[in-house]
Amino acid sequence: MFGLGVLKGLGITFKHFIDTYIDDIRWLGKRYHTPEGIAHRMSKDARGIFTIQYPEEKLPVPEEFRYIPFLIYEEKENGEKFDRCTSCGICAKVCPPQCIWIVRTNDPVTGRPIPAPKEFYIDVDICMNCGLCAEYCPFDAIKMDHDYEIASYDRFKTNIFDKEKLSKPVSYYASIRPTNYAREEAARAQKEEAKAARKSVGGETTAS
Amino acid sequence: MSEEILTSEEFNLAARFPEMATPDNRPGYQGFLIEPEHLLEISRVLRDEQGYDYLSSVTAVDYFPIDIFEVVYHLYKTTGGPALVLKTQTNRTDPIVPSLVPLFPGADLQEREAWDLMGIRFSDHPDLRRILMWEGFAGHPLRKDWKEPYFEEDGKPFKSRWPEGNVIRAEDTTPLKDNVQYPQPFEPDTWTPEAETALYSGLSQSRLDNLSDLKTDQLVVNLGPQHPSTHGVFRMAAALDGETILALKPVMGYMHRNHEKIGERNTFLGNMPFTDRLDYVSSMSNNFGYALAVEKLMGVTPPERAEYIRVLMAELTRINSHLIAIGFLLNDLGAFFTPALYGLTERELILDIFEAVSGSRMMCNYFRFGGVARDLPDGTLQKIKDLAFERLPRKVEEFTTYLIDSEIVRARCEGVGILTAEQAIAFSAAGPILRASGVPYDIRRADPYSIYDRFEFDVVVGQNGDVYDRFLVRMEEITQSLRIIQQAAKDIPEGPIMSGKPQYQVRVPVGETYGRIEGPKGELGYYVISNGKPNPWRYHVRAPSFINLTGLETMCKGNKIADAVVILGSVDIVLGEVDR
Repeated sequence: MFGLGVLKGLGITFKHFIDTYIDDIRWLGKRYHTPEGIAHRMSKDARGIFTIQYPEEKLPVPEEFRYIPFLIYEEKENGEKFDRCTSCGICAKVCPPQCIWIVRTNDPVTGRPIPAPKEFYIDVDICMNCGLCAEYCPFDAIKMDHDYEIASYDRFKTNIFDKEKLSKPVSYYASIRPTNYAREEAARAQKEEAKAARKSVGGETTAS
Repeated sequence: MSEEILTSEEFNLAARFPEMATPDNRPGYQGFLIEPEHLLEISRVLRDEQGYDYLSSVTAVDYFPIDIFEVVYHLYKTTGGPALVLKTQTNRTDPIVPSLVPLFPGADLQEREAWDLMGIRFSDHPDLRRILMWEGFAGHPLRKDWKEPYFEEDGKPFKSRWPEGNVIRAEDTTPLKDNVQYPQPFEPDTWTPEAETALYSGLSQSRLDNLSDLKTDQLVVNLGPQHPSTHGVFRMAAALDGETILALKPVMGYMHRNHEKIGERNTFLGNMPFTDRLDYVSSMSNNFGYALAVEKLMGVTPPERAEYIRVLMAELTRINSHLIAIGFLLNDLGAFFTPALYGLTERELILDIFEAVSGSRMMCNYFRFGGVARDLPDGTLQKIKDLAFERLPRKVEEFTTYLIDSEIVRARCEGVGILTAEQAIAFSAAGPILRASGVPYDIRRADPYSIYDRFEFDVVVGQNGDVYDRFLVRMEEITQSLRIIQQAAKDIPEGPIMSGKPQYQVRVPVGETYGRIEGPKGELGYYVISNGKPNPWRYHVRAPSFINLTGLETMCKGNKIADAVVILGSVDIVLGEVDR
């Protein structure tokens, strides 16, 4: 019969239409603005309305999500902060759009470079969020952030991030990327252990 | 590498034409060097006698400061097998090479691109105009001695960024102060584009006899650059007789950014995120092709697990891209956004997987030379399985019921925009377009790469080569991709995901390579030449969206102007890839 295909198609749209209401009733108002509701809408069983009502609702970002790098600093017990960054320049070299530029600190007396950056800039207008800097940093000093709400009124003034704006504590990193943090810490501990073991072995041999 | 050996074993061009063709013996190179004057003759023999009927890629290389331009042709058999690479050289001062358009119409847009960007003239080309740059542009930007405004260095990394940190932001010197170069003597106020006139005069020549009794006017209509049907900034200049299309020329380049020049400035690794931005709905596939090309040069192979992850991602990308293609084809047909949104719903779930794996939904930047950037996070494989075994098959079924039998879809699609098998091959059409015309050519089968030879799947072929068949082929390809994902998700082994230590400065030996994959839109090829430096010497993208447009005029001729919108939708272009 001519028109049967169209009717069948309309049946599908009608089913979708009904599905939304069925799901709404089943969740009794909890489908929106709750983490479970959002998780359900992101799952394989989701049907009906899919949209997230941003900014009232926000999609949770996965751990690997990457948006604009930040620098990690560690805090000692006495509250002193020190950067993990040694200004080795690998991030500046690997950055595809070359949006990172670093000024190295030089020792005022000898003029030799000190492993800490004097200045560190990222032009976030140019940054393409590729994550290569974080991937290839040998000191785990630069990582990709989860904060994607960086809109501002004047990009010429605000969109070159300096060291102060980029620096975030290591605890923040641990909170946004727990698995990565745990893995890196484990690797570091293992390295330290191996180093210590090598030292003690070396010490023994020289002693004997 | 197996490819070279096979090529020379299968057909030794140098033995057949001892006077005319010599094997390319430069280290790391392959194929045959021929003199320009023999090019047509040899190509004709290759096409008619040897079955190399598919001219996949035409590109040019600048060997500055040596006085050599080289034009490189990649020929394939549509029955499958590796490439036969032809090269012809000319000088830099007055570069002329005969055009291959009389033999392979698929060379049309590619030769225009080589003229535009490299400045090589192709004699007897029917319509040698600039294609990507604007008509008043000074110079040919891909030449090695052409320098852009704000030129800093020939290759990244730029030394100014470290350790001194002296950077001049282009932002501070623009907007529109001194970043525009005009050719001499050029007056912007009085200038009229010659090529625009040429475009219109080319259209007005093609008048057909008016067969109908109706009195109709002939007129030229520009669809675009701003037109909802073009999915971006793209123009179709159509000559109409009443409503019937007499001739149609695609005009592109509005989003041109000289991706290839950028790629030649980038380090090998640094170019990976740039490939994401070609066909921005299928960035994983773009990564795949580029990684394959450079890996071929480096001689590394990824470990098992990485290969499986790659296949999973590439097939998810194909589903993703086809969902968009189908959804928006229906949009072009007038089904305002309902089918498109049904497609986008499923795509959203795929993008969630990409985001969890790579950190970004669209600009994935996930592949590395010799593996992938990171392993699948916990739970991701289960998500992929959920989609591939449960949800997507159900949804494909639903889509089929929804659309395939719809009388409106059939009335608008069947018999519209026909490309016969011969035409599709001649126009170097690729991917679903080629297969919908009845040519069972799928690189995953014809010239397998990665681990595709392990999976069971069917090459989907259409019969009529019309819009409806392209739509059906894409629907069925989603099912076949699901089959591959199901197999790969079951068999994926544990293990490392990277061969060797991840390096940010890869050492790429001297040589040339062409890595190609069956992308969602067709054959996506990367032609890369390394001279041992950190940056590629030549980096060329064989963009399927771009080359599929070569046959657009043939598809549209004789159809109504309203059908041009649908035909373009069925070609499924992404402007990021067309304009590069």
